[in-house]
Amino acid sequence: MSEVVDARGLSCPQPVLLTLSKLSELNDGECAVLVDNEVSLENVSRAATNKGWTVQTVTEGIDEYKILLKK
Amino acid sequence: MQLRKNLFAGTVGIIVVGAIIGVLASLLQKLGNPGNMGICVACFDRDIAGALGLHRADVVQYLRPEIIGFILGSFVSALLFREFKPRAGSAPLARFILGMCAMIGALVFLGCPWRVILRLAGGDGNALFGLLGLITGIGIGVVFFKQGYSLGRTGKQTYGLGLLMPLIALGLLVLRIVFDQIPGDPKSGVLFYSVKGPGSQHAALFISLGIGLLVGVLAQRSRFCTMGAIRDMILFRQTHLMLGFLTLFIFALLANLYFGQFHPGFVNQPVAHTQSFWNFSGMLVAGLAFALAGGCPGRQLFMSGEGDGDAAIFVLGMIVGAAFAHNWGLASSPAGIGPHGMAAVIVCLLVCLFIGITNTKK
Repeated sequence: MSEVVDARGLSCPQPVLLTLSKLSELNDGECAVLVDNEVSLENVSRAATNKGWTVQTVTEGIDEYKILLKK
Repeated sequence: MQLRKNLFAGTVGIIVVGAIIGVLASLLQKLGNPGNMGICVACFDRDIAGALGLHRADVVQYLRPEIIGFILGSFVSALLFREFKPRAGSAPLARFILGMCAMIGALVFLGCPWRVILRLAGGDGNALFGLLGLITGIGIGVVFFKQGYSLGRTGKQTYGLGLLMPLIALGLLVLRIVFDQIPGDPKSGVLFYSVKGPGSQHAALFISLGIGLLVGVLAQRSRFCTMGAIRDMILFRQTHLMLGFLTLFIFALLANLYFGQFHPGFVNQPVAHTQSFWNFSGMLVAGLAFALAGGCPGRQLFMSGEGDGDAAIFVLGMIVGAAFAHNWGLASSPAGIGPHGMAAVIVCLLVCLFIGITNTKK
């Protein structure tokens, strides 16, 4: 897993912007997105799903979430 | 670990929340709040500034319990759902200034994005120009975001720092209860009250507070944001938040029709003026400031309840901005824009553009 978007600490709409930018660059494959709040988790998951990606897993760490996206 | 399911974060959730807020806002007008102002975050923050004596415009002084309810409702919801996360440190001064600019722009129009919707739902055609201004301002903000605009990352704070804004809200509630309004008296203890004008029009304390708390909880769960609704449409073509925005309008309109509060037209609309260009420009500035700060004034209150110190700074900037707006004659009145309203719009626009340009990577 080399593709990681670190959106921790960023406010709306930057986590979604960074994620969509990375996903369009990748086209397909796997990408992990790190966020630190539930709102970004929901927004990133919703935006990625709308672009045809699947949320494989969401891992909850200390004060952060790792969203694994796949297409 | 699998996610805790948030029912309100889905499509049905945001629609239900928009509908409930729309009906409650209309109901608040029926129960005493000013016309087309069942809920107006900018107006109510301005009234709070007046109640505290930060400005002395005697028609807009009332410590609005709805605002207290928004913060405390969001706080309780965030605690219950383990989303209370004290955080701060993302360009606080810029956020304070953006809050000031947002408020000054909103007071040239006479309302925040929430009131744009409610004024339209009450038949006030002048709000169309406000809506266009809001969309344009947010559109300019989107251009900045596309170019890499960012105020930087926020950082984790201590639990106590996250509690500061909810405690401020609690303190204001104590003041409101201890220094209750004395009929016909412009002052009670340390608080100022309006005896005429919009500040004198309000629903009963515990009705306003109760509705504020309920809206605070619902908005915290659903992430309801009027600015975000327009921004996400322009930026991502995403309709999620817009569904809440539109449902709020539709249900406020239906409730207004039911309560006999729908009066279509442009002249003699409640707490509104007919200077279309300045209605447009005021909301353009406000929309840009809200976009650059990442949330509408309601959302900033809800986030401050979740422990977001940057949002709290924005809210305080709005309150101080309201004080300047009335002390310096920047705010409009039903007679038209204030003596220095034009200068205020131009200066605030330049300030927002400066913050946008100097924090954009490309």
